Amino acid sequence: MSDHSGDHDVIVVGAGNAALSAAITAREAGAGVLVLEVASRAMRGGNSRHVRNFRCAHDAPVDVLSGVYSRGEFMDDLLRVTGGRTDRDLARLAIGQSEDCLRWLLGHGVRFQPPLGGTLQLSRTNAFFLGGGKALINRYHHLAEDLGIEVAYECEAVGLDIDDGTFRAVRFRRDGAEERAAARAVVVASGGFQANIGWMREAWGPAADNFLIRGTAHNTGRMLRALLDAGAEAIGDPTQCHAVAIDARAPRFDGGLITRLDCVPFGIVVNREARRFDDEGEDFWPRRYAVWGRLVAAETDQTAYSIIDAKARGLYMPALYPAIEAGSIGELAAKLDLDAATLEATVAGFNAAVRPGRFDPAALDDCRTQGLDPPKTHWARPLDTPPFAAFPLRPGITFTYLGVRVSDEARVVMDGGVPAANIFAAGEVMAGNVLGAGYVAGIGMTIGTVFGRIAGAGAARAALGLDQAA
Amino acid sequence: MGICNACRYCEGYCPVFPAMERRLEFSLSDLTFLANLCHQCQACYTACQYAPPHEFAVNVPRSFAELRRRSWVDHAWPRALAPLLERAGLWAALASAASLALILIGTALMVDGEVLFAAHAGPGAFYAVIPHQVMVALFGGVFVYVILALWLGARGFWRAIGADAAGPVTVGDWLTAIRDAATLRHLGGGGDGCPYPGERPANRRRVFHHLTFYGFASCFAATVAGTVYHYGLGLEAPYGFASAPVILGTLGGVGLIVGPAGLLWLRAGADPEPLDPGARSMDTAFAVLLVLTSITGLALLAARETPAMGLLLAVHLGIVLALFLTLPHGRFVHGIYRLVALVMNAREARAEMSAGSGEPAGTAGLYITER
Repeated sequence: MSDHSGDHDVIVVGAGNAALSAAITAREAGAGVLVLEVASRAMRGGNSRHVRNFRCAHDAPVDVLSGVYSRGEFMDDLLRVTGGRTDRDLARLAIGQSEDCLRWLLGHGVRFQPPLGGTLQLSRTNAFFLGGGKALINRYHHLAEDLGIEVAYECEAVGLDIDDGTFRAVRFRRDGAEERAAARAVVVASGGFQANIGWMREAWGPAADNFLIRGTAHNTGRMLRALLDAGAEAIGDPTQCHAVAIDARAPRFDGGLITRLDCVPFGIVVNREARRFDDEGEDFWPRRYAVWGRLVAAETDQTAYSIIDAKARGLYMPALYPAIEAGSIGELAAKLDLDAATLEATVAGFNAAVRPGRFDPAALDDCRTQGLDPPKTHWARPLDTPPFAAFPLRPGITFTYLGVRVSDEARVVMDGGVPAANIFAAGEVMAGNVLGAGYVAGIGMTIGTVFGRIAGAGAARAALGLDQAA
Repeated sequence: MGICNACRYCEGYCPVFPAMERRLEFSLSDLTFLANLCHQCQACYTACQYAPPHEFAVNVPRSFAELRRRSWVDHAWPRALAPLLERAGLWAALASAASLALILIGTALMVDGEVLFAAHAGPGAFYAVIPHQVMVALFGGVFVYVILALWLGARGFWRAIGADAAGPVTVGDWLTAIRDAATLRHLGGGGDGCPYPGERPANRRRVFHHLTFYGFASCFAATVAGTVYHYGLGLEAPYGFASAPVILGTLGGVGLIVGPAGLLWLRAGADPEPLDPGARSMDTAFAVLLVLTSITGLALLAARETPAMGLLLAVHLGIVLALFLTLPHGRFVHGIYRLVALVMNAREARAEMSAGSGEPAGTAGLYITER
């Protein structure tokens, strides 16, 4: 083991959104900052490379957001998707600071998508990063360079030296050798443990082998484990996570956003037994998509099939992989290796139950089924127009919710409920404080930026000896 | 394109992505249009989470650049000379050599050594070395050829991208396209500039290109001014230092040295991954010819009253001839094809807005889903 050059003020583990918000904030507060990133420069930033937008409360139109999205409404949305499983104080903190974070991002040169063309196409609730997450990460890193933040790539943090609740050093591996970097404070922002199949299997059983991981293969949760082993309080349930139904043909890791399928509301979804198992039309897809990952995870082989007919063409975002097409349901069943008779019966039963209505994808229309279990509450139209198309689905895990409990200063809460003096956490590793279950688009980034900045400020104060407490 | 169409994070960078989103399938015609609409700013490359080394290895700028070059070859006129585009560097060098030889030898044959190497002054000084009629005939003829070649190429391209079939183009569409081209709006990256040659956005490329293009335009205007002076005002070259031809030519010449040299300098420091390696020689050839044209032109201006004038005149005219001969089969054509693509884009975008389509190209709508 070799000692890294000298003491640092602050070490940040990770180089994604939460990590860089922390690093930049700490640096601007006067601390010297070292960032340890396990990936290469080209793949830096973890899951943040794949993000699209940032959810933000605002009381008046901002130049990148239209209308009004009050804190109350944001909280209602959060409570609805989590079913109340959230730390309300921390949730209020995240929501309350979201608008200031938007200004902070804009002030630091992060670009958001302007309205395109003459029609106002800005969202009311989410500000879209121009160029997406990788562009955001690029901007952060250029800024970090300008600020004199040291970023070490291909350094995998493998352990934390924590001595009676006080952080001393990070142990990391570089070029096959183990090194040690001492610092006065640490911000852990190294992601969840979704890429750690062993840990996932502990929580889910063999079903975990059929999960696809939407982001980086580096999020193995080593730092999370290190913190928990050192006495940090855990929060959340190991089976809770942000999971989305994605195309089963997606790569095992790092497929990102584009493997999602948005055709679900416009057809039916069947499992390997060729039977439906949930209401495909319960709500607008942006409100339901985050539920389907877990629904598919509960089915045989963690597999399901979204089946649509020719009428649905063009109603959803283009799929990455081609549809599996057939001229008849029976032919489709053969291609999908499903029992043809059962599938035909399922489709026939569905078609017979569909009530006439006015189909409107932009509204919660009156096209529904009657006397069918499970029902399809909206956008139900008979599947009768060939060619029929199917997309195989698998659960795609974005990130896990089991994390470390934090205080409202982003301090990791240790044994006995004591917030650590110099250990901070931000991003996926603590998102479970706010997200006990469920998900709403863009909130991961909100949590990351809010707590990243808080953690960075706290770490700088701790490192520079500016804290009042003993 | 399937990957881009499923992702769409880049749609705010330039018109290529909204144009792509207006389509569900991509024929060669569509791809050729998109490839020429692309300005190689590379913002989408630096922002792409699927760019190499990711396994999807998406490299939009390079894919488009290669397709672009192929489309220029496909539409070059005369068809027999089309392969020259691919080896534009070599072609430019050969054409230069041949033109220089032609002019020098021709000049030497027409006048004796005394006239060629003597100092000439006053109106008509140039024409003592090379008669005005010879210049007009030679360069006029080449000019007509160039215009014809460019026009025929552009027209073939216009049809190939489906612009014929897609409905009428208005003056407004042309003006939009011309404005976008004249300001190089799409190298602005929304204000920060384009990330070339490094990852950080900068406006250097745009500035060097403006110097090149406006330098060229200014030199061309100088020639036009000279023509007006000669036929309209009855004044023969060389003109005074404060005259329109000289001012325009000097400003243009300076721009046309700094601009292309700057662009070559930027390219030297650029990551080759998003670039088309096959375009390298044509880019270098064109830049070098432009710089040589300017250097010889400015040298001629400086030395026009000395005995060196005759030789410099012949050399300058030789280079200019080479430049014009290679214009339809070299880098120059990018401007024509891109302008045509911009016109088609302006028309498409206008048609989409007035159709008031329910789901405009843009993802902040019904299908907003997050990771």
